[in-house]
Amino acid sequence: MLWNTLLLALRAIRRNLMRSFLTILGIVIGIAAVVTLVTLGNGATRSVSDQIAAMGTNQLMVVPGQRFGPGSELGAPSFKIADVDAMRAQITSARGIAPVVSKSVTAVNQTHAWSTQVTGTNDEYFLAGNWEMAAGRSFSDTEERAGKAVCVIGETVRDKLFGRESPVGSEIRLKGFSCEVIGLLKSKGQAAMGQDQDDTVVMPLRTVQRRLTGSQDIGRIMVSVAQGVSMDAIKLQLTSLLRERRKIGESENDDFRVMDTRQLAETLTGTTRILTMLLGAVAAVSLLVGGIGIMNIMLVSVTERTREIGIRLAIGAFEREVLLQFLIEAVVLSGIGGLLGIALATGASIGLAGLMDVPYLFDPGINLLSFLFSAAIGVIFGFFPARRAAGLNPIDALRYE
Amino acid sequence: MSDEALIRLSAVAKTYGQGQAAFHALKGIDLSIAAGDFVAIMGPSGSGKSTTMNILGCLDTPTSGSYQFQGVHVERLAPRERTLLRRHFLGFVFQGFNLLARTTALENVELPLIYRHEPVARRRAAARAALAQVGLEGWEHHSPAELSGGQQQRVAIARAIVTRPVVLLADEPTGNLDTRTSQEIMNLISGYNRDQGITVLMVTHEPDIAAHAKRVIRFVDGRVASDDGNGEVS
Repeated sequence: MLWNTLLLALRAIRRNLMRSFLTILGIVIGIAAVVTLVTLGNGATRSVSDQIAAMGTNQLMVVPGQRFGPGSELGAPSFKIADVDAMRAQITSARGIAPVVSKSVTAVNQTHAWSTQVTGTNDEYFLAGNWEMAAGRSFSDTEERAGKAVCVIGETVRDKLFGRESPVGSEIRLKGFSCEVIGLLKSKGQAAMGQDQDDTVVMPLRTVQRRLTGSQDIGRIMVSVAQGVSMDAIKLQLTSLLRERRKIGESENDDFRVMDTRQLAETLTGTTRILTMLLGAVAAVSLLVGGIGIMNIMLVSVTERTREIGIRLAIGAFEREVLLQFLIEAVVLSGIGGLLGIALATGASIGLAGLMDVPYLFDPGINLLSFLFSAAIGVIFGFFPARRAAGLNPIDALRYE
Repeated sequence: MSDEALIRLSAVAKTYGQGQAAFHALKGIDLSIAAGDFVAIMGPSGSGKSTTMNILGCLDTPTSGSYQFQGVHVERLAPRERTLLRRHFLGFVFQGFNLLARTTALENVELPLIYRHEPVARRRAAARAALAQVGLEGWEHHSPAELSGGQQQRVAIARAIVTRPVVLLADEPTGNLDTRTSQEIMNLISGYNRDQGITVLMVTHEPDIAAHAKRVIRFVDGRVASDDGNGEVS
């Protein structure tokens, strides 16, 4: 009987192709939207946390002011080189302490020009930032102290200014002065916020302060912590040292922040996770609209279906057989719609993930959830009107207008 | 089956609604119909002829009284058993044809056999044969929308007789058809009564349609007003 009824249901679907198609369409679009957006969101979250993990989890960043992000607050003075020297002297368990000053500058090599980020620092920067040399060397103490015009460039800058050639030993021009390229950094790829980490030129701190920024200020200080040393202990040391040096009273708040990469990771992945949820919620609306569409189509066809049910009952069908047929019809339709939706979402997710450069992560939970949701809509709105009709006297069902 | 009557109604009453609003559609009907008969039920609208038809067709149950079909008390049967009775003994032809839309003639005729769980090959062959009998050979794969009213009613007749029912119930079978087509349909129905011995119960309000029957029962106001053999009917 089940097989028979299944055939009946399939025949009914084929007979009412337009209605079946519209029913499926709502489910397909709803599922595809939800699954695609949530999948991409998950991919973005993963990509962010991966890149933060690649930065190393043993890093602290000290910035003036309490705000997170670029810019500094009024009344929160920048750090000076003396702060860095004091840290060096007192925090002996740190593996490396690097001051960082950044500025956007256009770099020129003959006819090629490229706007990039110049970072002034010391050679511990490479250690603290997990940088490795692909060619050449980093700058020496002497070069650092003298503020010589030497630089180490990232892969992207090399590509833009030198193409395939080796840059080591060549000179590039930066805002009116020449600078010798002494090293090339190994590629690191995109950073957490999407910026290209290889788009960088690294120089001695003094060179940048003197020739580019024209001030003694230091934007931030990176502190790399050796394995096995407590991050929290170092954070405390840094905080008390800086409070003392910046003459902050007992009752006053810090006018600087010491962040570790774990916190940074939590902040950033938290942000992308919220975005994922928002996108998912927007998509859920489309799933709901799809559901309402299904409901409409099913309700519109109630008159015709009621008569059909009346005919079947009069001819000698059991109420149960008719109900089973309509239930199977609804389940098959919703199932096909759900599978098509997931297929579409998988295609779209893989394609868009490639375009957006985030990993494609299959999330069985969201696939299952949206599938069940739309299947439920299909079954509820396909089956319940049928149930009402099958409960009618056959003669009333036949006369139903 | 000691009783020679195929169908016996005793004091059948049907009331719709309750109390003040109660409407007494049937006020005590006694009727017996022999196997092989061809009965036309006539009467003005509201006289109870359709209600009687629905009760006879096991689509509706009497409020009181008894309905015996081949000696079985139908009013005592469960809905499921009444369904089985319809499935195995009755065939229906309606005024509005009541074919499934967008479904081919062949599939429409196969429908009752599906619920009888006939194997596909046998069911298809029987449906083809039934369609051929009603003169629709070559129209098997047309849907109702592609058929004329007369052709649709032929499909409906084929669907009703494909199960070889004991009784064929026809509710105004020519109500939606022109005179010439009506006569063709009636010849078809008469043929099944004459050649295959199928008992026919038919509701109509047209005397020339009723003239095909062997017996005419007139209903007035929920009661049987006259019950004649044919010939005396105008």
